[in-house]
Amino acid sequence: MIASFAAALNRSFRHWSLLPAVVVFVALTVYPMVNLLRMSVSTIEFAEGRAHWSFTPARNVALLASDAVLPAAVINTALFVVAAVAIEVFLGLLLALLVARLERGKGLVRTAMILPILVPPVAIGSMWKLMYNYDFGVFNQTLVALGAAPVNWLGSTSIALASVVAVDIWHWVPFVFLILFAAVEGIPPDVIEAARIDGASTVQIARRVMIPLLKPALAVALIFRGILAFKTFDEVYLLTSGGPGTATELVSLHLYRVYFEQNLLGYGALLSLALIAMIVAALLVSRRALRGMSRA
Amino acid sequence: MSAGATSSILPLAGRERAVGYLVLALAIFCVLGPFAWIMLTSLKQQIAIHTGAWSFAPSWLNYTEVLFGRRSDFAGNVANSLIVAAVSTLLVLIVGTLAAYSLYRFRWARWVVTAFLGWTLLFHMIPVLTLVGPWYVAFRELGWYDTLSALVLTHVTLNLPITVWLMMAFFREIPPELNEAAQVDGCPPLRAFWSIALPLAAPGLIAAGILAFIFSWNEFSIALNLTSRDTATVPVAIARFAQQYEVQHGQMAAAAVIATVPALLLMALGQRFIVRGLTMGSVK
Repeated sequence: MIASFAAALNRSFRHWSLLPAVVVFVALTVYPMVNLLRMSVSTIEFAEGRAHWSFTPARNVALLASDAVLPAAVINTALFVVAAVAIEVFLGLLLALLVARLERGKGLVRTAMILPILVPPVAIGSMWKLMYNYDFGVFNQTLVALGAAPVNWLGSTSIALASVVAVDIWHWVPFVFLILFAAVEGIPPDVIEAARIDGASTVQIARRVMIPLLKPALAVALIFRGILAFKTFDEVYLLTSGGPGTATELVSLHLYRVYFEQNLLGYGALLSLALIAMIVAALLVSRRALRGMSRA
Repeated sequence: MSAGATSSILPLAGRERAVGYLVLALAIFCVLGPFAWIMLTSLKQQIAIHTGAWSFAPSWLNYTEVLFGRRSDFAGNVANSLIVAAVSTLLVLIVGTLAAYSLYRFRWARWVVTAFLGWTLLFHMIPVLTLVGPWYVAFRELGWYDTLSALVLTHVTLNLPITVWLMMAFFREIPPELNEAAQVDGCPPLRAFWSIALPLAAPGLIAAGILAFIFSWNEFSIALNLTSRDTATVPVAIARFAQQYEVQHGQMAAAAVIATVPALLLMALGQRFIVRGLTMGSVK
């Protein structure tokens, strides 16, 4: 009995080993995505613990058309992603090129750099919220001590988005650094040695030799960060919750509000589908770009 | 791979080296400074925080208030987070490792592999909030809304892509001769998995386990919307701290510090596994 059971387990191992993962994905991602389609043409209300679905495609489209916050959220998100990712990749690259050519401190810097990646984003949000505090935050304390006027980091419409971007930069430069640093360490040392013997300066070695060799890793860092930045939610929820007004309202925050503050599950689903379509398009485009870059 | 021993690339010298170390020190200060500041703040009392005093009498009051205060549920939140993170990590390791081994070892049709991995990539890339809506509806209909089990299921799903990728990468490093030898010797597939592949991929299990635990411990946007007071996890509690009408800044800082502890502990234990896990796949 047991022997034949073991034999059956062995024979079918190939299939049942993949099965649990497939079940998880079908139940918790494929099915919800299909459900998004159904939700996007419905209005769902809960009464006495039961969901009541009604078919209202026109209402959801009308909500989309009359959503006054959405354009601001899209523009903010675009600004946020472009600014944050560009600065992160620039700083991460600079640091990786530099640290790779120092003899000491590599272990230390690597340890320090992992920390922001592993800390709860919510904790990072509350840390920076305290540091940005108008009355007693460390930045305004320093400014006042230097005789300057305090700045309303998170409360002023013109500065809030930049303040939020700064937190994202602090959070993610280390990640870009770790990716690029691993790639720099992979460059064969004799290539750089050869350039030095040919009389290239440090800056020339970095620009003409190292950066071209880092192109695939740079593309990966750009795409990874681009897509992750697009998803940013936790820190901004903590720091500003989208305010003041709609100054830092991002698409993810807006989606949260539609789903769970306005309880518009149907319209939220419509918005979600649009977001997913955008991500898929971005993935397809970036895949082509990635291939082009690694060939170049 | 210890970094100091493999100083492979031509080191800088002279003034360039001095500038290099200066920038390095500045970078480390920028990264660690905020942590130091929040730590100091968590040891201050409300008055010291508000007057912005640099010198103060440190006290653990904020911590005892957060963890054991009458009006605080934080200890319960920590328990919830620990349960969800531990159970979901265990489950995702089982499910993810089996799937990774299956895809690596057995001859699946190409479209199966592409479809599976493509789907993990897509799911990993979309904002999870898009799915929290349908999850919310489904869990309400099933009566699982506001349960830790539902949260565990979503965290397993969330961590499955990265677990599968990591474990596949580690399995691929096993010399193929070992598998062939096992096959020639008539070693049953299950035995080959358990006694040959799994021990060799143990560093991968550690890396994937640490990352899954930390990501689950940190996860906010799902927990925010699928839990309520009794089932709230640590990140949800921290957000509530920050949004109280009268914010207790010292307690908010203490809660943030406490929330960082697991990451610090796991990092101290498994740093080299984590670095490998975080950068693996993204570079190759």
